[in-house]
Amino acid sequence: MPKRTDIQKVLIIGSGSIVIGQGCEFDYSGTQGIKALKAEGYEIVLVNSNPATIMTDPDLADRTYIEPLTPEYLELILEKERPQAILPTLGGQTALNLTVAAAERGLFKKYEVEILGARLETIRKAEDRQLFKATIEEIGLDLPKSIVVTDLSEAKHAARELGFPVIVRASFTLGGTGGGIAYHLDELRHKVHTALEASPVKKVLLEESVIGWKEYELEVMRDSKDNFVVVCSIENVDPMGVHTGDSITVAPAMTLTDRQYQEMRDEARKIVSAVGVETGGCNIQFAVHPKTGRRVVIEINPRVSRSSALASKATGFPIAKIAAKLAVGYTLDEIVNDITKATPACFEPSIDYVVTKTPRFATEKFGEFTLDTAMKSVGEAMAIGRTFKESLQKALRGLESGKAGFDFEGSLDRETLLKKLSLPSSNRLYCVKAALEHGMDPAEIAEITGIDPWFIHQLQELVEFETRFKAEPLTPDLLRDAKRLGFSDRQLARLRGMKPAQFTALRHRFKVRPSFKLVDTCAGEFLSKTPYLYSTYEDSGDIKPSRAKKKAVILGSGPNRIGQGIEFDYCCVQASMALRESGWESIMINCNPETVSTDYDTSDRLYFEPLTFEDVMEVLDFEKPAGVIVQFGGQTPLNLASALDKAGVKILGSQIRSIDMAEDRRLFGAVLKKLKIPVPENGIARDPKQALALARRIGYPVMIRPSYVLGGRAMEIVYDDGMLLDYMERALRASSHPSLLIDRFLSDATELDVDAVCDGKDVFIAGIMEHIEEAGIHSGDSACTIPPHSLTPAAIETICRHTRAMALHLKVLGLINIQFAVKDGAVYVLEANPRASRTVPFVSKATGLPLAKLATSVMLGRKLKALLTPKLLRESPPSLPYTATKEAVMPFIKFPGIDPKLGPEMKSTGEVMGIDADFPRSFAKSQEASGYSLPSSGSVFISVRDEDKAELLHIARALRQMGFTLVATRNTHDFLARHGIEGTRVAKIGEGKPDVVDLIKQKSLSLIINTPSGKRSRADGFAIRRTALELNIPCITNIHSCQAAVHAIAVIREATMGAKPIQDYYRQLPYRAVTHF
Amino acid sequence: MKTTALLVLEDGTVLTGRSCGAEGETSGEAVFNTSMTGYQEVLTDPSYKAQLVAMTYPQIGNYGITADDNESRQPFLSGFVVRELCRRPSNWQSVESVDFFLRKHGIPAIEGVDTRALTLRLRDKGALRAVLSTRDLDPRSMLKKARLVPSMAGQDLARLVTCAEKYHWTEGLRETAKPLHVVVYDFGVKFGILRCLAAMGCRATIVPAATSAEEVLALKPDGVLLSNGPGDPEPVTYAVESIKRLADRRVPIFGICLGHQLLGLALGGKTFKLKFGHHGANHPVLELATKKVEITAQNHGFCVDLASLPKEVRTTHVNLNDGTSEGLAHSQLPVFSVQYHPEASAGPHDSRYLFARFRDLMLLRKEAPSQC
Repeated sequence: MPKRTDIQKVLIIGSGSIVIGQGCEFDYSGTQGIKALKAEGYEIVLVNSNPATIMTDPDLADRTYIEPLTPEYLELILEKERPQAILPTLGGQTALNLTVAAAERGLFKKYEVEILGARLETIRKAEDRQLFKATIEEIGLDLPKSIVVTDLSEAKHAARELGFPVIVRASFTLGGTGGGIAYHLDELRHKVHTALEASPVKKVLLEESVIGWKEYELEVMRDSKDNFVVVCSIENVDPMGVHTGDSITVAPAMTLTDRQYQEMRDEARKIVSAVGVETGGCNIQFAVHPKTGRRVVIEINPRVSRSSALASKATGFPIAKIAAKLAVGYTLDEIVNDITKATPACFEPSIDYVVTKTPRFATEKFGEFTLDTAMKSVGEAMAIGRTFKESLQKALRGLESGKAGFDFEGSLDRETLLKKLSLPSSNRLYCVKAALEHGMDPAEIAEITGIDPWFIHQLQELVEFETRFKAEPLTPDLLRDAKRLGFSDRQLARLRGMKPAQFTALRHRFKVRPSFKLVDTCAGEFLSKTPYLYSTYEDSGDIKPSRAKKKAVILGSGPNRIGQGIEFDYCCVQASMALRESGWESIMINCNPETVSTDYDTSDRLYFEPLTFEDVMEVLDFEKPAGVIVQFGGQTPLNLASALDKAGVKILGSQIRSIDMAEDRRLFGAVLKKLKIPVPENGIARDPKQALALARRIGYPVMIRPSYVLGGRAMEIVYDDGMLLDYMERALRASSHPSLLIDRFLSDATELDVDAVCDGKDVFIAGIMEHIEEAGIHSGDSACTIPPHSLTPAAIETICRHTRAMALHLKVLGLINIQFAVKDGAVYVLEANPRASRTVPFVSKATGLPLAKLATSVMLGRKLKALLTPKLLRESPPSLPYTATKEAVMPFIKFPGIDPKLGPEMKSTGEVMGIDADFPRSFAKSQEASGYSLPSSGSVFISVRDEDKAELLHIARALRQMGFTLVATRNTHDFLARHGIEGTRVAKIGEGKPDVVDLIKQKSLSLIINTPSGKRSRADGFAIRRTALELNIPCITNIHSCQAAVHAIAVIREATMGAKPIQDYYRQLPYRAVTHF
Repeated sequence: MKTTALLVLEDGTVLTGRSCGAEGETSGEAVFNTSMTGYQEVLTDPSYKAQLVAMTYPQIGNYGITADDNESRQPFLSGFVVRELCRRPSNWQSVESVDFFLRKHGIPAIEGVDTRALTLRLRDKGALRAVLSTRDLDPRSMLKKARLVPSMAGQDLARLVTCAEKYHWTEGLRETAKPLHVVVYDFGVKFGILRCLAAMGCRATIVPAATSAEEVLALKPDGVLLSNGPGDPEPVTYAVESIKRLADRRVPIFGICLGHQLLGLALGGKTFKLKFGHHGANHPVLELATKKVEITAQNHGFCVDLASLPKEVRTTHVNLNDGTSEGLAHSQLPVFSVQYHPEASAGPHDSRYLFARFRDLMLLRKEAPSQC
């Protein structure tokens, strides 16, 4: 069927902030969807609260709303735009849930909007466990036995019937939130309670345990003519019991016979037609009993997903793009395969390589943890190799978690091993290596771990090869065998006691070099036109280096992690666009399957490779580009920059010396001294004695951290000798020669972020962002606003002067980010980074000027004077007639036991933006978008540390005036009473019942203000914050945000909020917003 | 240390790898197959007679060999080419490893070669004659041998793989109210076809390729199925003759693969050799009547030239990848056929409806002969 002509305008819903369980895969799918539908001539309206996305760039959709993803805002947009249709299947669970909520309010009937991609009925059948079960049983397929419960007594009864362990699943939640495994009655009580709280419909499913079964996923597509294809099959290395997002997964399925696989395919086909997926992609999960082969259906997602992004990258089949086209009426046979450009999209990709995905955990932030059915990983790396062994090793080194491949260092005794093998954890795979080295029987390892013996045997082959490699003479054949198993030079050098560089030189002398093969969707059957490549060690490659003279390689940012997320992928994609717009050929290297940067049509060529020195150098040696861009991918390419420079690679943009001058504290100190720019007093300590002396000289509180860190890792504020010594002890445990930076901590200072572009002559200051939280909260976790709302013109002037001086002195070519603190009118520099910062997309969205593109143009040799109007350059930062506020989104809910408070170490996974006429409104929107809407009435619980008491009076009075009831424990209550502010007293924990936590649980509080003491936070503070978090009650943990919140509450009580696309905001600017230079 | 093996193509391509099946020397036409699962079905498919099959999927043998997935009594292919063969398979149905199976049946195989490079070579040059050896490791002498391998065109390979005597297939036979009897011409029949017939409630009698029409009619079949098989249809003249006579008697006929080509010849058409054939499990085929696409398993090097057929014969199915004809039907006779494998094995089960269609055709012919 041709495309529909009865609709002209389509609203697409994005997925909001990056959170655990919902990464940048939805920017990838949404971007594909928008491009596909625009190419078909539809007018596209987009709503997404996440500014760090390519999809919210103003030239993608026709009307781009960066507004909270709530039914209220959706209604405002529907009313204003009156689209004929809405496409909710590209925006993850967030978009589906929003659609269901909007439908329940009757919005689609009211505004006569048709839902494309999945009917409401389909979403319900897929999401509501009871309906799903009924649907599956009706078509005669097998499921784990299950019972839906709505309270604890029902749960106990059900568990008796199903037997322990029992799986607990909350209905309508994301990434398995609120779910878990209960092994006994106590756990059941706790887990059911949590799940009931997490489920918006208060339904929980208890399910027969299939832990230890083999887990499979099929990514399928179906069109309105019932054409059906399986795009990709995926087998999980970790068996059932570990969330698929946390599993190592492999494509295609490795251990099923054709008959077993085709029966699964037949079932998938029955399921999608029963559930009613008619126009789009769908993910179906199965579990297979390893001994009997009994197969049960686990779940389906009637939308694109993390797995569909992976499947697209693994096969070259663009699921989201095709899904968008199916949604507007096309059928699969009418769409051309993008990769071959000759065959139709109605086919099942055949691949001639193996794809492995490995999860990246935030162990550095939250420690080692056991894995279960609730997803905990924050990112992933994918790798392509000709065998599982090769692709696994590539994927493991792509994680950048310090491992060079399938490695285990140290030794574990048998007892510890058995324990570590039996519990799935973030490092269990490495323990399998330890077990194999220990001589443990693969059958036993398979039995204990539940990992299929096939995988264990593959791993054993790697271990056996290491033994051979250590013993045999180094010949070209031996090296080739090693490389074909995916070993990195770093691993091999270590096995032979050589230096990696020495080993690489030998390998090159032996002419053992990778060949580059194509991902072509058809295993070589047809000629392919799309240069999507991976390296392997084979006889010959498929492709020659491109002949373009002007070509540059962009190094991506690798797997998402806390501190390095979608913002950097956004910058890399923009850089690629800028290169192409300037007539350069762009070549991308990255290994993150969720991203837009690894879409095959983002760059002229895509190399899906780990971002290690060896892998990157092999591509560079092959392509011989004119230069390499390292300043957009975060710390990952920056860590490689100096080695690349030494290897003779031309770095485009700021040179290594500039990076060193900014990163090396001594050099940086000298620069600032020369420029007469003040810094907080600081020094470096290498042992406890030095540290004590330094801290006492500077005066407490001090900020302490290891040198060269990302995302404020291990950064702490210490208030006295005891805390300092405690920190030193931990640092010494991590490293025998710690090098610690100690800075004077500026308490109650205002922190600022500045992003600027420098061409060596001129400096364009794109934005000054004022943090809402005071200095000491990591800038990545802090809300911030542009333009700044409380700075004096004099301070702004000083900041601009310092920024210009530093950028020029550091010889920055491209972007620089500088953090400042203002205390008592004095401006201090905290740090400077000559590279793209996390805030680049936010500033770009706020100003309508694509900063990363501007920086790329400068790196290619163009001048700011030629790129910007004289007025804009002269009067930077540009003045904005509106305000944008960025808010960080935290993953605390996923980590039970973690105190949900902010500090100098970054913990957020993503961000949202609120944009409106003034600061209070934009702040209110940013809060709403981050999932906590500020209340306009009700009771507020207040408990603040002594330092904040003075500020508190203003806040408390303001809240009282607006009619809020104030609730406080004795101390604060008495303090307020002394100042004539009326409040209700509540018992502290342990003082009697009901205490404050009971009040939170009863949901009788609408806002909590709890600022933890800077020194040692008290246990009841923790209980208050944690309970509030679990019940989704806004909880403000610092006094500055509290002031902002009170202002915002005052405004939203008075005015109704509106929604406006960024294109309209840009029309208000005193200069012209642009989409390229 | 594993034995070295050499694969040499007639164009001079030399691939060095390790022996992973029986030792010895073998020759044939080198072809590739893009199925990611189902190597056991490929190994035992008689259509691969006289061919050296390279699997494009690099990891073969992961689940070993099962007791239930053989497509014939023994492997017929000349040799097997893989990137990596798994020696420690894992699956609850696995009974032995592929390595063991190949040795047991005396099939030479090579592993460790760049199968993608080989595939691209075959894609660009078409199927090439080749020799695989663990004995002769001299590329020049091997090249000479490769150039002496007889071409597939003009060879009657069906005669080499057909059964010696007729037999019956009742395994998995579904009880139905209206049991049917199908005579299956064995040009190299896959068990998958017989399993599909049984599942439709059809009792099958399998007869050798050279059985005459009269002998078949004497078995009183409700329908005749022309099976798949290896190589060139043209030299199989005896079968073309039998098919003509059966069609004239208005016996319902269903042709598959080689059977489709033979039916095409019997109806007066011509066949030609494709450059490198279709060998995989992911080919989209459009059924013209319903406009629906089925994902099909394919394995053929020859094709029916539709233009050469009389006007009573119409194309029913088309391959969406290259536009070639994939199915035909006669407007006056109860005969139809498809070029691909509706039984799949290995491959998706999308096309199994064709067996039901054949059953319905036989029932109609049986119950209302005048309408058919």
